[in-house]
Amino acid sequence: MKDEITRDDRVANLKGMGCSRKRVEDARFTQGKGNYVDDIKLDGMLFGDFVRSPYAHARIKNIDISAAMEVPGVLAVLTAKDLEPLGLHWMPTLAGDKQMVLADGKVLFQGQEVAFVVAEDRYAAADGIEAVEVDYEELPVIVDPFEALKSDVVLREDTVQDGKPVDGAHGPRKHHNHIFTWEAGDKEPTEEVIANAEVVAEETMYYHRTHPCPLETCGCVASMDKVNGKLTLWGTFQAPHAIRTVVSLISGIEEHNIRVISPDIGGGFGNKVGAYPGYVCSVVASIVTGKPVKWIEDRMDNLMTTAFARDYWMTGKISATKEGKITGLHCHVTADHGGFDACADPTKFPAGFMNICTGSYDIPTAFLEVDGVYTNKAPGGVSYRCSFRVTEAVYFIERMIEVLAIKLDMDAAELRRINFIKKEQFPYKAALGWEYDSGDYHTAWDKALKTVDYDGLRAEQAQRVEDFKAGKTRSLMGIGLSFFTEIVGAGPVKNCDILGLGMFDSCEIRIHPTGSAIARLGTISQGQGHATTFAQILASEIGLPADSITIEEGDTDTAPYGLGTYGSRSTPVAGAATAMAGRKIRAKAQMIAAYLLEVHDDDVEFDVDRFVVKGAPERFKTMKEIAFAAYNQAIPGIEPGLEAVSYYDPPNMTYPFGAYVCVMDIDVDTGVTDIRRFYALDDCGTRINPMIIEGQVHGGLTEALAVALGQEIAYDDMGNVKTGTLMDFFLPTAWEVPNYETDYTVTPSPHHPIGAKGVGESPHVGGVPCFSNAVQDAFRAFGNTHTNMPHDHWRIWKTANALGLHD
Amino acid sequence: MSNKMHIKMTVNGKEEEFLAEPRELLIYTLRERLNITGPHIGCDTSHCGACTVTLNGKSVKSCTMFVAQANGAEVTTIEGLGTPDDLNPLQAAFKEHHGLQCGFCTPGMITRASKLLEENPNPTEEEIRFGMAGNICRCTGYQNIVKSIQAAAAEMASAKEAAE
Repeated sequence: MKDEITRDDRVANLKGMGCSRKRVEDARFTQGKGNYVDDIKLDGMLFGDFVRSPYAHARIKNIDISAAMEVPGVLAVLTAKDLEPLGLHWMPTLAGDKQMVLADGKVLFQGQEVAFVVAEDRYAAADGIEAVEVDYEELPVIVDPFEALKSDVVLREDTVQDGKPVDGAHGPRKHHNHIFTWEAGDKEPTEEVIANAEVVAEETMYYHRTHPCPLETCGCVASMDKVNGKLTLWGTFQAPHAIRTVVSLISGIEEHNIRVISPDIGGGFGNKVGAYPGYVCSVVASIVTGKPVKWIEDRMDNLMTTAFARDYWMTGKISATKEGKITGLHCHVTADHGGFDACADPTKFPAGFMNICTGSYDIPTAFLEVDGVYTNKAPGGVSYRCSFRVTEAVYFIERMIEVLAIKLDMDAAELRRINFIKKEQFPYKAALGWEYDSGDYHTAWDKALKTVDYDGLRAEQAQRVEDFKAGKTRSLMGIGLSFFTEIVGAGPVKNCDILGLGMFDSCEIRIHPTGSAIARLGTISQGQGHATTFAQILASEIGLPADSITIEEGDTDTAPYGLGTYGSRSTPVAGAATAMAGRKIRAKAQMIAAYLLEVHDDDVEFDVDRFVVKGAPERFKTMKEIAFAAYNQAIPGIEPGLEAVSYYDPPNMTYPFGAYVCVMDIDVDTGVTDIRRFYALDDCGTRINPMIIEGQVHGGLTEALAVALGQEIAYDDMGNVKTGTLMDFFLPTAWEVPNYETDYTVTPSPHHPIGAKGVGESPHVGGVPCFSNAVQDAFRAFGNTHTNMPHDHWRIWKTANALGLHD
Repeated sequence: MSNKMHIKMTVNGKEEEFLAEPRELLIYTLRERLNITGPHIGCDTSHCGACTVTLNGKSVKSCTMFVAQANGAEVTTIEGLGTPDDLNPLQAAFKEHHGLQCGFCTPGMITRASKLLEENPNPTEEEIRFGMAGNICRCTGYQNIVKSIQAAAAEMASAKEAAE
């Protein structure tokens, strides 16, 4: 039989790895047929909503629900007293702490959940909330973590026994409001290197509190079927399987009787990793009423209560030779965790992967110490588009590099270049413990600087400074640089678990007789396009067209167990599982092909979409033919069917990296910034779908722009949230966002089956310091060393004013 | 709360008639009463535009309009813009140019863009960015949304030219 189409055609027909396949998700989303949690409607479904505390710290003297129970449409009002007999008035957090589900005697932050009103619809629930009478006695409020560590005020009574602080989940407490101390690296050697160094730069920086703020808030629908004893829980879960296990452990319902479904999710960015009181209350309310109960946050609930990010006070010392070779790095962090430690980090890492803070540089000696602290702010500490505090770490080192460059009176690009880990040093063991799998930083950096004509930009900037001093312009120019190394793909079960659940992931493939397939994974897309890209991986691995492969995620009754999607782990972990499962399919297909072609197994080889007889490519069986034979032909010694499953425990993290340059003009008199150019080079290893990679980069950079230039969760001294709506909480619109230039190099991960590293979070991680460095660089010529983010117009104006530029 | 109002409105070409409390918001009417779940709720304060519909020829944030104010109105949502067999050029262009990711803002985004192109069939990039500034997207960074709208405008222009 002669081939009518070329081999290139056959490759193209698969729409496998490397092509910009259009997204299969888009048909439903563009036609208004997405199915998000608030779109779910069930017979007799009720709506639950919270009475929330107006105070940041108060004792609750009484809750009177009687008037609320008289409100038409209100069926029940739950308080901690109702949950206590079930042991559900507190719940475990992902960080080894515990959190009140409903206020148990006191509240610790504004917006805390006090009572849960269950009503026929959301209007009746709102009326019921108004009618609940809560008698509060105000207590002293602490919103500053440094003050918390000195204060006699005990925020959490469970931290004290016999007048002394008791040990927390991560060791001894230094104070009753102290949560943990976490260390990495070598303390004394680092201090010694810094004490004896030729040059030392020091800086204290505050990485402000912000919020992932996906456009869809958190929510769920709980439905307890009392006839069959089955609980179904739909929700905005980035980790549906973990939620099922946690629900089972805390409710006592056997895991096989719980079905958790993540439907379409309207963005996550870390907000939807944790377990929230709304989930627990909805489940209890469904059990109590016997009806399905829906809970959906409004935007203010979301910004005030579920999952803040960052809030790190970081103090650094970096030492170097006079020539600029870095010799040591010391970092101390005071981490404000709010009223409960609900950080979403792997259990052994209470400060996440902050110990990636040596960045892309060959720093021989380093030490990191993080102190977690309770305050009267909302709990959270999630990874907002980042892999467990990597954003904080990269911001820290990329600011320290700039501060050191100022101290050395050196060009910051050159300082980076002479300190990069060299290509031949990989795999590279960093001073704070990680083993970087691969990288080629110099190539990426040189490409970036050449593309933007870095020397030309610096000359232009110098001219601008001259013109400014001569009174010819009121605008300054900033050149923001950042070079980041991420650590993603958590992770190896040997050191990565959440609540004891190992962080592997999974893929299960079932090939249908006619040569199409369904694959299910333990992850869940929130916009990343998994249904498109995972099918591409499989298409290349098993030789069936991506268009013939359905990808399904998010239903714990059907999908294999996995730890979900966050920390850029889908491609590094589930993507690897997908490739490995595909290879199992291929191994069986090889035996079938050999049987059909009447040759030995070793005499056939895979070629795009078929197995061919070695040396006789005209003799072949396509994967489609093999699939049919697998089901319909009795083959001696081979079971019928063509299915495979892989649970992939990664041997290491992956380490994507990138080089970013931002060119910004700043109006000194208004503080208004104009991003003239943004160049982003990303190396995420093997590229599965360039179109989707580019989209991820655009989105991540825009979230970085937001955080660097204005987005924050701010509190006043009374613990009032000042940024509870989108009026005050900055989300950039099309008007504020520039066009980005994207570029890439490819350094495949040596341990990942297809060499991919993950990309969704890189642009956020690398983007924040790049935007911030651009602002700060504009003022370098006038004596600026460091100012804290967010660099909104008012703060930039203040910087200019403090430097005397308005005189 | 029994002072219900008699409301009549046309939604995506279909006449609807019902009794509603005056405080009922239009987005609630669409989503809960009429099961039109394309428009979404993102912020409750008119900032994000996920709830955008076209009402009597204007783009409106349906999360901050009482249904009583929409009495007698003609409303178009994403569901009324195209059909699976006859997509609106914007629906096709958003897919072609990767103008969406999580999809939550998309119905409001496309509904707003359709109005924008009706008012200005050949907008500049600046006009698109300004005209879409009432619709927030958290995923795409807007670059591909702008591209999608430009492509749809070009497509509509050439279709119009072919028809003439």
